Amino acid sequence: MRLEPIRNPSVARRVVPIGLALGATIAIASLLASVAGANPFSVLGLILKGAFGSKFAIVETFNRATPLIFTGLAAAVAFRAKFWNIGAEAQLYAGALTTVVLGTGLLAWPSFALLPLLAFVAILAGALLLLVPAVLKTRFGVDEVVTTLLFNFIFLLFISMLLEGPLKDPMGMGWPKSARVVAEARLPRIFEGLRVHWGFALALISAFVVWIIQTRSTLGFEMRAVGLNKDAAAFAGIPVNRVLVKTALLSGGLAALGGFSEVAGLKGSLTLDLSPGYGYTGIIVAMLALLNPIGVIVAALFVAGIFVGADSMSRAADVPTYLADIMLATALLLVVLAIMLTRFRVVRD
Amino acid sequence: MDIIEILFTASFWAAAIRIATPLIFATLGELICERAGVLNLGIEGIMVAGAFAGWMAVYSGTGLWVGVAVAMGVGMLFGLVHALLTVPFGLSQHVVGLGVTLLATSSTYYAYRLALPEVTNPPKIAAFQPYEIPVLSEIPLLGPALFSQTPFTYLAFVLVAVVALVLYRTPVGLAVRAVGENPAAVAAQGLSVTAIRMGAVIVGSGFMAMGGAFLTMSAFDSFFFEMVNGRGWICIALVVFGSWRPGKALLGAILFAAFDALQIRVQQTGFGAEFPYQIFLMMPYFLSILALVAMSRRAEVPAALMVPFNKGER
Repeated sequence: MRLEPIRNPSVARRVVPIGLALGATIAIASLLASVAGANPFSVLGLILKGAFGSKFAIVETFNRATPLIFTGLAAAVAFRAKFWNIGAEAQLYAGALTTVVLGTGLLAWPSFALLPLLAFVAILAGALLLLVPAVLKTRFGVDEVVTTLLFNFIFLLFISMLLEGPLKDPMGMGWPKSARVVAEARLPRIFEGLRVHWGFALALISAFVVWIIQTRSTLGFEMRAVGLNKDAAAFAGIPVNRVLVKTALLSGGLAALGGFSEVAGLKGSLTLDLSPGYGYTGIIVAMLALLNPIGVIVAALFVAGIFVGADSMSRAADVPTYLADIMLATALLLVVLAIMLTRFRVVRD
Repeated sequence: MDIIEILFTASFWAAAIRIATPLIFATLGELICERAGVLNLGIEGIMVAGAFAGWMAVYSGTGLWVGVAVAMGVGMLFGLVHALLTVPFGLSQHVVGLGVTLLATSSTYYAYRLALPEVTNPPKIAAFQPYEIPVLSEIPLLGPALFSQTPFTYLAFVLVAVVALVLYRTPVGLAVRAVGENPAAVAAQGLSVTAIRMGAVIVGSGFMAMGGAFLTMSAFDSFFFEMVNGRGWICIALVVFGSWRPGKALLGAILFAAFDALQIRVQQTGFGAEFPYQIFLMMPYFLSILALVAMSRRAEVPAALMVPFNKGER
């Protein structure tokens, strides 16, 4: 077989494969749930109900989506320039770390000054953390996939070390957790009485800013050019390495902002389970969004919905919670395949 | 105990070889994939799946070697998924690899919870036992280190020789190396690039799963979540460190494992107790990154690594 590009794909050609991919994902999940003894035809309904069925569920989905928007943007920005940052997990923790270091009473500033500072320092920390793999790539040609992956392990051990040492909460009853940030370092709720905090608004603003950068700035143009064809970009006079480093700084900063938002907006302190793999899930979000920053918002809500919905479904139907991860992996693989099939047709020869 | 003293104990080298074994299997597997031009980031998840499948098979009553075969089969199945998406369809090897890792890991955990719903402590199996090779195991230092291991470890060493032989001395090996260097030339010879690449990815994934199975069937006798713990990613670094050659990769794996065994021992000395244990646990990851930096300039990367091949495209 061989792949042949389609010149002018019809609307059906662009929509049907992706619909089929999502349908197949739901079918596979239902099948697996039935293996666990659940009624396969109730699975989709239970997931939707669990994710969007009540005010509580919707709030939960939005709160889950918030860090995923940040890590999804981090991946989308980097992948667009073909810089494979798989280290958003570590960068998120870097932002969370600086937030608890500065936010637990070290600075007695009022909220309106402290919060921007915390956000800024978090961005700086995440950017610096990704600067190392970026420079290793541009200077030594070391593949960033492996280095960013390995940095995740190193950085989590570093956090674990701090939480059992200097950052350990003396009131924490021996648990490896940090002290809580002061009231001035907390992001307030957007609406009185709803647990959705300003981190979500910050995520939306970030997506919009990234969209502006990508579509309206020279840097955005350069990042796209480097991603499409590095050699051609270099030939056209684009400083490829400098663009890659800038991309890395932006990507790392975005992921770290997610860490700031989680600590300041939701959790209030730092623990080793602050992120259940948001950094990795962000990659799925970015791919499902076709690397489009506005699409990231939609994809993050979709993925968060699957998590929250599948969580509640698995409790209702007594199915292991790992079904949510299987659904995401299946959706990722099938959607990537479907996107390809919207642009190419398979020819037998 | 002094660090120099540690280096001359047989138990230290025995531990190093034991730690190296899963890395040898998985590194060989990744090496085969990459030699054929496909980066397989599914490695981490495939190791998890292999660790579970082999252990579960033995737990449900099969023999140990059947368990190894089951692990390999499961690995090859995930390899097939990876190969289908990356070879004929030419999808991004990064994205597919990470997707396969997530798919393999989550379906393993799902299967574990289905098989053992209420268990807090996973059951143990009768794992591989050390087999002392007559005569050879009596050589001082080398004997207890190399020749008093389990048969699963011996298999790893045999496999390195077999893979090296096949890669460099057979037409199949030539074809695999050629699709990783110049697929168009292979296609011009009338061979199917797709078939060769898919075969390499599937076989390589089988080896990765065997590496995972070693953890549950020889190094330990039970399955735990997070037990692979980044070993797959380390193996990707080891392939680069070994410049895509089986012999050098074996050497790299043993060096790496020796370092790992050393950090465990230093941790227990009075000197080591002065540092937080996390410092020691970070070392293997740092070492992998350093190895990558050291080798990056000299690496002879397969020319068509991560380049999909589409017949009819010139």
